[in-house]
Parts: sequence; C-alpha cells; structure tokens
Amino acid sequence: MQEAELIERAELEGAVVGRERGLWADAFYRLTRNRLAMAGLIILIAVAALAIAAANIHAVRRYDPYLDQLYNHLQEGPSWSHFFGTDNLGRDNWARVLAGVSISLQIGIGTQIVVLMIGLLVGTTAALGGRFTDNVMMRLTDVTYAFPDLLFIILMRSVLSGRQWPVIDNPKLQVILAIAFVNWTIIARLVRGQMLSLAERDFVLAAKALGASPWRVVVQHMLPNSLGPVIVAVTFGIPIAIFAEAALGFIGFGLPPPTASLGRLVSDGYAYMQVNYWVVVFPASAVAVLMLCFTFVGDGLRDALDPRMR
Amino acid sequence: MGPGRAGPHTGVEVMTAYAIRRILWLIPVLWAVATITFFLMHAVPGGPFTQDKPLPAAIVASLNRRYHLDLPLWRQYLAYLWDLLHGNLGLSFRGDRDVAMLIRDGFFVTAQLGILAFLVASFFGMALGVLSALNQNGPLDYVGVFVATVGAALPNFILATFLIVIFAVNLHWFQILGWGGPEHVGDLLNPSAWHIKKMILPVVSLSFLPMAYIARVTRASMLEVLRQDYIRTAHAKGLAAQVVIIRHAIKNAMIPVLTLMGPIAAVLVTGSFIVENIYSIPGVGRQFVEAVIRRDYAMIMGSTLFYAAIVAVANLVVDLMYAVVDPRVRYG
Repeated sequence: MQEAELIERAELEGAVVGRERGLWADAFYRLTRNRLAMAGLIILIAVAALAIAAANIHAVRRYDPYLDQLYNHLQEGPSWSHFFGTDNLGRDNWARVLAGVSISLQIGIGTQIVVLMIGLLVGTTAALGGRFTDNVMMRLTDVTYAFPDLLFIILMRSVLSGRQWPVIDNPKLQVILAIAFVNWTIIARLVRGQMLSLAERDFVLAAKALGASPWRVVVQHMLPNSLGPVIVAVTFGIPIAIFAEAALGFIGFGLPPPTASLGRLVSDGYAYMQVNYWVVVFPASAVAVLMLCFTFVGDGLRDALDPRMR
Repeated sequence: MGPGRAGPHTGVEVMTAYAIRRILWLIPVLWAVATITFFLMHAVPGGPFTQDKPLPAAIVASLNRRYHLDLPLWRQYLAYLWDLLHGNLGLSFRGDRDVAMLIRDGFFVTAQLGILAFLVASFFGMALGVLSALNQNGPLDYVGVFVATVGAALPNFILATFLIVIFAVNLHWFQILGWGGPEHVGDLLNPSAWHIKKMILPVVSLSFLPMAYIARVTRASMLEVLRQDYIRTAHAKGLAAQVVIIRHAIKNAMIPVLTLMGPIAAVLVTGSFIVENIYSIPGVGRQFVEAVIRRDYAMIMGSTLFYAAIVAVANLVVDLMYAVVDPRVRYG
C-alpha cells in the first residue's frame, strides 16, 4: 500500500514539476521504485558476477567442475570444504552449479538475441510490407506457433546435434538456435501488432499530417513506441529459454556430457536422490532463482513501461 | 451470453461461416506441421537401425525394405501423406506395433493427467484470482499474487523435484514412478485401478503453472472489470454486492481468462512431456521422447501430429467460444 502511495506521489510530483523526464527516464524511475524487480535485478547481477568470477578465478570456484574428482568425498552434503556438497564422482557441486548458471545465462540471453533479430525482422516486414507479405509472414508464424514448443525444440536440437558445419558446430549455439527457432513467433506477433495499432494512433497521424517521411514516422515514432512491450517480452523470453535449456538437459537432449548444465545436473542427481538429495536441490534452486529473478524484472519492466499504468 | 445485436439467425450463420473457415484452416496447418516434421526428423543424423554394434548390411537392407526406408525421401513423404489421408499412421519400429494404437494407449494416460491438472488449475486459479482482486492490496491479495508470480516462474520439473525431495524422499507420503490411474479404458470405473497417492504429485506438478497463469489473468481482469461504469451502475441501482460480483463482474472478467485456455492446453502438452518423464508415466510425451532417441520415424510423426492437432483444436474451441461471447470477433 505504501509503495502504491509512493509511486502515486512521485507521479504527482513529476506532473507538477513538469514533463522534463522522458519516457525512458520515467520508466527507469518507476522501475527503481519496484522493490521486487530491483531485488530480482540485484540478485541477478550478483549471481552473474559470481558465475563469471567462478569461471575465471580459481579461489571462487575452489575446485574444477569436471576434473577434480575426490573419490574419498563421494555424495557429501553441504560443508565448509564443499558448500553445495559433492556428487557421485566426488566433484564439487558448488563449482558445477556455478558452471551451470553461466551456461544458462549464456543460453538465455543468446537465445533472446536471435529471437529479437528474427522477430523484429518478420514483425516489421509483416506490418509494413503490404497485405501479401503480411499474409505470408503471419501464416509462417501460425505454423511455427502450431508446433508444440518442446517437441519442435527437441527435433531441432536433434537435427543440429553432432553437425560439423562451420560456425554452428558449437553445441551451445545449436541449443540457442533450436530454442530461438521456436520462440521468435512471440516477438514477431507482438511487433506486428504494435506497428499496426501504432499506425492508427493520433500521434502517428499527426506526424504524417505534418509531412514527416514514412521512414521518419517508423524510426522516430513507431519503433520507439513499440520498443517497450518488446523489451518486456524479451525479458520474459530469457527465463523461457533458460527453462527450455534446462528441460532439454533434463530429458537428455541438452549439451553433451559431461557439460554441467543445470538441467543435466538435476536429471543426473535423480538417480542418487535416495542417497544424497542435495545433488538435486542446489541446481534445481539455481534454475528457480534465475527464472524467478528474470520474471520479477520482466514484471517490473512491464509495469514501468506500460503507459496505461499511469 | 445473451442474443447478439444482429439477431439470432444471422448471428448463427455468421458463427457457422466463421467456424467452417477456422476448421478448414486446420488442414493446411497440420499438413505444414507434418511436412516440416517429416523432413526435420529425416535430417536427424543416424537412422533407426544405427547401433554401437552395427547390424549386418543384409539385415539393415531388409529392415529398410520392410519399412520402405530404401525409397527416395520424396516418395516416402508422399507415401506417408497418402497413408495419413487414410488414417494410417504406420508402424512403430519398436515391436512392429500400430502407431495409432500406441498413441491411443499413451493418450489414455496423458488425458487423465491433463484433465485432472486442467480442473485443478482452473478451479484454484480462478478462485485465487477472484479472491485476490476482491481484496486488492490486502494480505490475501499478497498471498495470491505471490503464489501466482512464483508459480508462473517456477518450471514444472523444478517444482516436481522439490515435491519429490520433500514428500517422497523425506516424508515418504507418496510413492512416485508410474501412473496411479487406470491404464486401460476398461478399468476406468474399477476403483482398485486408481491409486490416488501416486497421482497427486504429478497432477500438482503439472497444474501449478497453468494455475498461476489463470490466477494472474483472472485477478487483472477482475480488477479491470470492477472499475467499469456498469459495475458502478449495478451498485448504484441497489444490487446486492454478491449479485454484482457474481453476475456482473466475474462473468465479464472470465472473457480474457477464456482466451487463456488455448495457451493453457499448450502449456499442459509441454508440461506433460516433462512430468511424464520425471515420474515415468507411460503417456504420449514419454513415447515421443523415446521415439526421437530411437529415430522411430512413424512414432515421431504420429505423436507430433497428435499434439499439434490437440493444441490446434484447443485454440479453435477457444476462438469459437470467444466469438460467441464477443460479437466483434466473428464479423472481423
């Protein structure tokens, strides 16, 4: 309740002082007032920093996630020498979970970069390319949308796996592409819808009436105004991609072993759950924390960028 | 739902035309899905008879002939489409069984899981959403929003993992592995075929995400509706608060929730994959994963088409319901 009041008061002040703050500064201000989103953002930055540090500094990871196999410390619970315990080969789970977090982040963000490129391209072309292009693009989107996600991702992943093609022989990139080829439809539909509805809006009509060129109308007025929802969708897309990667790893279609992806850590741990359930708890918690934080940030961004919330 | 503005007769006609247009559209979509899947799965490296210890060439050749894998790909494709038009989904490489029968058996289990999860998700989701909205910014609202937010962000296999660790491994309340419901249609009414204790964890794991979605949308939609003029009017003309909420608010707030049912069907389909794999439930999702691993071509095609059809029909039903509720859609 206090939060709502604070935001309300802040907005009143903003209105009284004058509209000096632009759309983005305003949105940023509103985001910083959202406690859940800020908490998510801070945790994400901390976790990402930890994962990067672990990948580069031995004192942070303490053990090698793959090579240090301590056969006299099998299946241990959390302790000072092994924060997250050890697995069935005596590998340190702290190091392995951090390696997994790094992979999840790379795949989550990498997927969204590809998704954004395809989505913006298809969406803008559909909205501005005339009726025929629109039909073709949207039917393409419909068909992709008709595929049950995970099914398509599994198929794409199987097609790409083990290929020695130039550029995409990297398994991480293969997983990214497999997930992105399914998830771009969200952005494409969103961009198209935004563009079409913006084209009818008064400020676009006004810009046209004032003699602005079509290019200027699109770049100056329509793109910036459609960017908000796109940013939100991309933020929500990251946890979806992280989930897809973890799910792939979980059912055995993810990165090849022994890569310590979080999904594989969970699924490998299942076999030993009766002996040592910590093996499962830590990577599962890591996935949960990543997804929750990205979702909170996404929620915060949506509230901050949605003009109707004002 | 009330009669449309255009009168019942023309309304029905427009609805029928809309429905037929949408049903016809299913055909090209399913054809496209079949085509893409067919060529994708044949592009997967390795074949069904690729093994660590290679089979003798003569055996592979005769196996390939048996399943027409020796034909050029385009002829296999045309043959598959021809069979598909005749309702023949082909034979699984595993045990030579009819794919349609395998899917039917698998779906009997998947459907129980999906329907139970759907009912649980709809009931608790709507209840949570309505209660949250009616107590906006109250403690109940915070609980509701918290459950909805966490539920929407928590992947089902993570949730399932925690449920298993807590309730099966530590507390020994539930058994896991396998499905607690009947595996044959004949056992549906046989009480001894139902093992509720084995069903609870899978159903909860699968229903949590859609429940969270439904709760979120219900809450947002209720809040929006409660601010509308006609709600104020209803209050102003002296209707009891419950009547306003049930007859005016909830009914109108359900429209956006209705559109969610299509995505929910998709979420249940995707979820059933993971949940079936975690709990070793012999459903279609598990069959698909095994089929991809074994390159069981007919089975991959069959289960993909089956799932695509389910999602498409769910979306269709939702759109039709939506068109009934919102007249703007059918004239669009």
